[in-house]
Amino acid sequence: MIPKRLAAIKFEVLSPQEIRRMSVAKIVTPETYDDDGFPIEGGLMDTRLGVIDPGLKCKTCGGKAGECPGHFGHIELAAPVIHVGYAKLIARLLNGTCRECGRILMKDERRDKFVEEIRKRIAMNQNYDDIIKEVFRLTKAAKKCPHCGAEQVEIKFDKPTFYYEGEHRLTPKDVRERLEKIPNEDLPAFGIDPKIARPEWFVLTVLPVPPVTVRPSIILETGQRSEDDLTHKLVDIIRINQRFLENREAGAPPQILEDLWELLQYHITTYLDNEVSGIPPARHRSGRPLKTLAQRLKGKEGRFRKSLSGKRVNFSARTVISPDPAISISEVGVPKEIAEELTVPIFVTPRNIEIAREFILRSEHPKANYIVRPDGKRIRVIESNKEELAEKLEPGWIVERQLMDGDIVLFNRQPSLHRMSIMAHYVRVLPYKTFRLNPAVCPPYNADFDGDEMNLHVPQTLEAQAEAKILMAVQEHILSPRFGGPIIGGIHDHISGLYLLTRGNKKFSREETIQLLRALDVSEVPVKDEYTGKEIFSYILPKITLEFKAEVCQGCEFCKGENCEYDAYVVIRNGQLLKGTIDEKAVGAFKGVIIDEIIRKYGKEEAKKFIDRMTQLAIRVITSVGFTIGIDDIEIPKEAEEQIEEVIRNAEKKVDELIKAYKEGNLEPMPGRSLEETLEMNIMRELGKARDQAGKIAGRFLGDENPAVIMAVSGARGSMLNLTQMAACIGQQSVRGERIVRGYTYSNRTLPHFKPGDLGSKARGFVRSSYKKGLSPIEFFFHAAGGREGLVDTAVRTSQSGYLQRRMINALQDLKVEYDGTVREQTSGVLVQYRFGEDGVDPAKSYRGKAVDVKRILKEIIEEVKQYGE
Amino acid sequence: MKIRLQDHILVPKHEILSKEEAEELLKILGISKEQLPKIKASDPIVVEIGAKPGDIIKITRKSLTAGKSVFYRLVV
Ligand SMILES: [Mg+2]
Ligand SMILES: [Zn+2]
Ligand SMILES: [Zn+2]
Ligand SMILES: [Zn+2]
Repeated sequence: MIPKRLAAIKFEVLSPQEIRRMSVAKIVTPETYDDDGFPIEGGLMDTRLGVIDPGLKCKTCGGKAGECPGHFGHIELAAPVIHVGYAKLIARLLNGTCRECGRILMKDERRDKFVEEIRKRIAMNQNYDDIIKEVFRLTKAAKKCPHCGAEQVEIKFDKPTFYYEGEHRLTPKDVRERLEKIPNEDLPAFGIDPKIARPEWFVLTVLPVPPVTVRPSIILETGQRSEDDLTHKLVDIIRINQRFLENREAGAPPQILEDLWELLQYHITTYLDNEVSGIPPARHRSGRPLKTLAQRLKGKEGRFRKSLSGKRVNFSARTVISPDPAISISEVGVPKEIAEELTVPIFVTPRNIEIAREFILRSEHPKANYIVRPDGKRIRVIESNKEELAEKLEPGWIVERQLMDGDIVLFNRQPSLHRMSIMAHYVRVLPYKTFRLNPAVCPPYNADFDGDEMNLHVPQTLEAQAEAKILMAVQEHILSPRFGGPIIGGIHDHISGLYLLTRGNKKFSREETIQLLRALDVSEVPVKDEYTGKEIFSYILPKITLEFKAEVCQGCEFCKGENCEYDAYVVIRNGQLLKGTIDEKAVGAFKGVIIDEIIRKYGKEEAKKFIDRMTQLAIRVITSVGFTIGIDDIEIPKEAEEQIEEVIRNAEKKVDELIKAYKEGNLEPMPGRSLEETLEMNIMRELGKARDQAGKIAGRFLGDENPAVIMAVSGARGSMLNLTQMAACIGQQSVRGERIVRGYTYSNRTLPHFKPGDLGSKARGFVRSSYKKGLSPIEFFFHAAGGREGLVDTAVRTSQSGYLQRRMINALQDLKVEYDGTVREQTSGVLVQYRFGEDGVDPAKSYRGKAVDVKRILKEIIEEVKQYGE
Repeated sequence: MKIRLQDHILVPKHEILSKEEAEELLKILGISKEQLPKIKASDPIVVEIGAKPGDIIKITRKSLTAGKSVFYRLVV
């Protein structure tokens, strides 16, 4: 086949002649099949329009079903009908031209000026909608024709297809006659090229009938034929068209003809678009609205988004994901069933022909599924033909072998919002039916294991495989281009585990230590009777030097640095953890300064190894130390409960005092606030303070050894606020940032349990119970009101940001950063930025968004100088 | 009294490139004039510095990321 290139696409309006010219059959009868099930000639299934039933031949081209592309037919309409798609434009044209002579309602010189302006805009490839809008505005305002002097009457457009001149309704025939009168010279001013579209063509006199291949009928299990929605609609049109003809010939009263005409208009309108406002949609017998022409194209499920922009692919798989901390972050566990179905091509050469042959001859897992001959023929390899195929195998053939350990695949989770949503992993074929992934790569995919599914794609060429390995491998994405820090790192138990290991001076016996380290490839562990947790962690640490404040840091007013009494200041020298606790700040995804340092000093491969070892060590620690949480872990003693009770009681008293002061007029308004706002703010602050205090008390009694507290302070999961709400007090519920005020508007109260106008804390949604204690029915109601807002917010946010992302991608998809650092549009070569982001920095290679990490460079130079000095 | 736009703190420096500078720029970027970003001849700042259609204007801005950034526009 000769490859062809499209230079341009031009859309035109079909003229009646054009419709007749391309038609192969005039359709006259609403019947489709005869009693024997054969298509009726002159019916909608006429075999001149193409064939869909196997066995029949097309009368136009002689092709069988599948060969014949289908051919258009046409219906001669008994009376002209408005095309809904052009109805609005018709209204504007009627108002813009003279009702007598059809000329544009504007002097010729003026018209020519506008035409010239439009021509200029087109030449510059610019939008000229505003000019046309202006022309329609000016011509509509004209009272008298400047050419023949006729008075103009405004034409009212009644959606979807009716036009009124005063009280008098214009028939489509009237409309068409008026449009016919508009001279070609006037059309460009309305933005219409007369060679492409004559306005009278916007009123249909002949209707194209799409080929049967466009509207195939399906045969139900019962053997009955079920026609396409378009066919149904066309049947309606032909039926009414025939009735109209018959009635007119019989000399029926004008009222009947008018009704039939309107019915014909209705059917044609809904045939073109069944979601036009102003008329009821045409329905199927079952009550389902018909899917007509516009509906086939429009929206997410339409031709554009579903069939053209969206593509389905082979060599892919999808299943539920589950965690496997024992595999590397760069691996993905693939169920054997899937591995046996997906294939990788081996392009046979003299050098690999023996290997390929072996795959063909195998009868178990990594075997060949298909071979492809150079002529393109694909042969399934089965027990009975494998020997023969292995014998015949030659260089140039392709052997499709099953997926096996070490193959590179692309792994993806929707929504694919950033480039880390599709990364390349190495295959590990595993039993069971789920994809397995290391929990450390959950953050870039935003995955969890509550039923999430992911997709897997097998690259089919060596180029694609190389590209995947070099550009898309997991370790290439440890640093995120979003903020220039690691997006892959420890989560949940990894952080709790290392916290338990490294906090304070915990000692581990030799046996314990070996248990922890045995699965990791650590060399040179000195033989000792006892090891500290910090030493054990140091064994997996590359030689880095680093100091930073840990997540557990209390933010003391004066940081004591190395001598921090909370063990919150981390000191690592030469790969030895000397001081401090390892937690989210050190190894967590998004924060992970240790990962950051390793990747900058030793590169991506080393960072990947560290994450693998770090996560495995953490899991081993947490399983051997034991870590669990239960309802009794948020239990606080009676004493604490009393203290909390006291705090809340005091706060409520203060609130009552504030309300009293407000009612007596003794409240001082804050600057720029009304009295009511001042009161509300004071109340919110008072109650917020009370909850925080309650939380502090609860935290004090829970103690630092409490697993929930450990998770919160180390950054593993949850926050002290979550704990406060569980153990002490849930606090104020809010809707739109205010206390809950809505309810019975007429009596100004939230619930009938309160007096009208009650501003007290209880009446406006303060929940003093804890989750553990449980909420009173009234509290529960307010909590549900506050919770609902959160749900609505997330639902609205995701849909809005999704749409925003679609538009952004559409706008930016053709931009590329060139090797000279400029950003250019790919098709026109237009420059967009002279330097990418003005500074030319790749954020993924930046230091947390900054171009240079000056501190680091200084530190390295100082170290170097020190070494020279020695 | 007429206020000079260029004296305003938020208006970056606009200069007209000389013919040689303009040629040099297009040579470095390897593009034709039409592929440059554009600015209208009626733009107040263009009027003020007296640039004519076909001129290339050099705009030196303060940049959050780079400190200083240079941008060029073709007057149309
Ligand atoms: Mg989920
Ligand atoms: Zn055919
Ligand atoms: Zn006239
Ligand atoms: Zn500290």
